[in-house]
Amino acid sequence: MVPRFWRKIKYRYDLVGSYCENCGNHFYPPRNFCPVCRRRGAVRETELPDEGTVLSYTVIRDGEPCVVALIELKNGSKLVSQLACSPEEVRTGMRVRKVFRRYGEDGEEGIIHYGTKFVPSE
Amino acid sequence: MRRVAVVGVGQSRFGELWEKGFRDIVLEAGAEALTDADLEGREIEAIYVGNMSAGRYIGQEHVAALIADYAGLAEFGIPATRVEAADASGGLAVRQAYMAVAAGLHDIVIAAGAEKVTDVGDPMEILSASVDIEWERFVGGSLPALYAIMARMHMETFGTTEEDLAMVSVKNHRNGAKNPKAQYRTEISIDSVLNSPYVADPLKLLDCASISDGAAAVILASGEIARKITDTPVYIEACTQASDYLALQNRKDILTMKAVVKAGREAYRFAGILPRDIDVVEVHDSFTIAEILAYEDLGFAEKGRGAELIREGVTELDGDLPVNPSGGLKSCGHAVGATGVRQIVELTLQLRGDAGKRQVDAEKGLALNVGGTGATAVVSILGR
Ligand SMILES: [Zn+2]
Repeated sequence: MVPRFWRKIKYRYDLVGSYCENCGNHFYPPRNFCPVCRRRGAVRETELPDEGTVLSYTVIRDGEPCVVALIELKNGSKLVSQLACSPEEVRTGMRVRKVFRRYGEDGEEGIIHYGTKFVPSE
Repeated sequence: MRRVAVVGVGQSRFGELWEKGFRDIVLEAGAEALTDADLEGREIEAIYVGNMSAGRYIGQEHVAALIADYAGLAEFGIPATRVEAADASGGLAVRQAYMAVAAGLHDIVIAAGAEKVTDVGDPMEILSASVDIEWERFVGGSLPALYAIMARMHMETFGTTEEDLAMVSVKNHRNGAKNPKAQYRTEISIDSVLNSPYVADPLKLLDCASISDGAAAVILASGEIARKITDTPVYIEACTQASDYLALQNRKDILTMKAVVKAGREAYRFAGILPRDIDVVEVHDSFTIAEILAYEDLGFAEKGRGAELIREGVTELDGDLPVNPSGGLKSCGHAVGATGVRQIVELTLQLRGDAGKRQVDAEKGLALNVGGTGATAVVSILGR
């Protein structure tokens, strides 16, 4: 399981996505091919904005409650991410900003996975 | 293209079939279909098998050849092909079989679907591999979580309520109680759904179909041959497929399953009918919100007004448009790769008038089988 997550670290840690200079669309996760322009696209890497808004969310109750949200960033790209906040705090429309947090680990002695989460910014 | 008809159907019971293996349930379904069609195994010219994750559920790959073998057809060397599109695998197996017969490559073909899931501890975790595991699953976006995100957005955008969702579950259990092959043959109340624990808010335990063992099979034949095999052929008037972005986050409109809309429109055009011409429907209610979305995306209700159909009783067994008379995935159990084939079995029984206590009056039926959160959709229209 390690290599699969390891090779995405740059994108997970800093929220690096892609931007198509031809159509102006932002994509996250990053793509090397623009699904809108296809061969005419001109895709380059870009760091996504730190702030966004919660479009919808859920609280997963399988063990310790965990808030997972669909977030729209300021440039219009959307992503699913965890919110590092309590289930009582979250609401649709809430403004959030990115933080660097622990996601989990491969067993007790395995590698620890880190990535971007979001916290309320108001 | 040639006309294609369903000439035989069969299915195992769905549920936690501890005492049976993968081969047992497939043979049960296949043998029933052959008996139903009054055909011999050696008359089958090809096999298509819908199966999502045998490799992870039972550690067995190459299951199409396995099934041909255990069906006693290895001797004839017929082509046997596995088809995978997550929980739309079964619908897709039917479509592959349909295309083979329509194209004139084969005259009599069997489409089967099978999944044996209870041999592992957490079948939902494996089913959740149908989402983007690197970018959705990594951050906690399991299949229930992503459907819950859709459900909350539908509720906050259109005023759909948790009661509306619960009513879908109650209806499907009421229907499934009349289906001898269903896993859960008990009626449930709105309160029991609403009081069941949250799995992923706002979806509760009884908003989610359980992942089950099961197999189903349909035998398809060219129109000409079908009339010699049976007095009650049910014709496949359309069988379409569409896809969408795998990850929910890449879709412009989270509340519309574009693949369902596209496959649906093409199916109506192909069959030369409109949504209002459909008399009975089997949809992919893996989560209750999915049935509401299906009402809208298949053109039975305007976008945002799907919940009105369940509130007004339109989709009840005795309503204008019965949806999931079999009990759906909710009551039958969701045997992943088998589900799409089971839906075709149900429509065939309904159109032939063989659906017993859950029989509705119908000439045209539609089935929708969805993979993952909507990245694959297969729509079939059947008519007698
Ligand atoms: Zn572009």
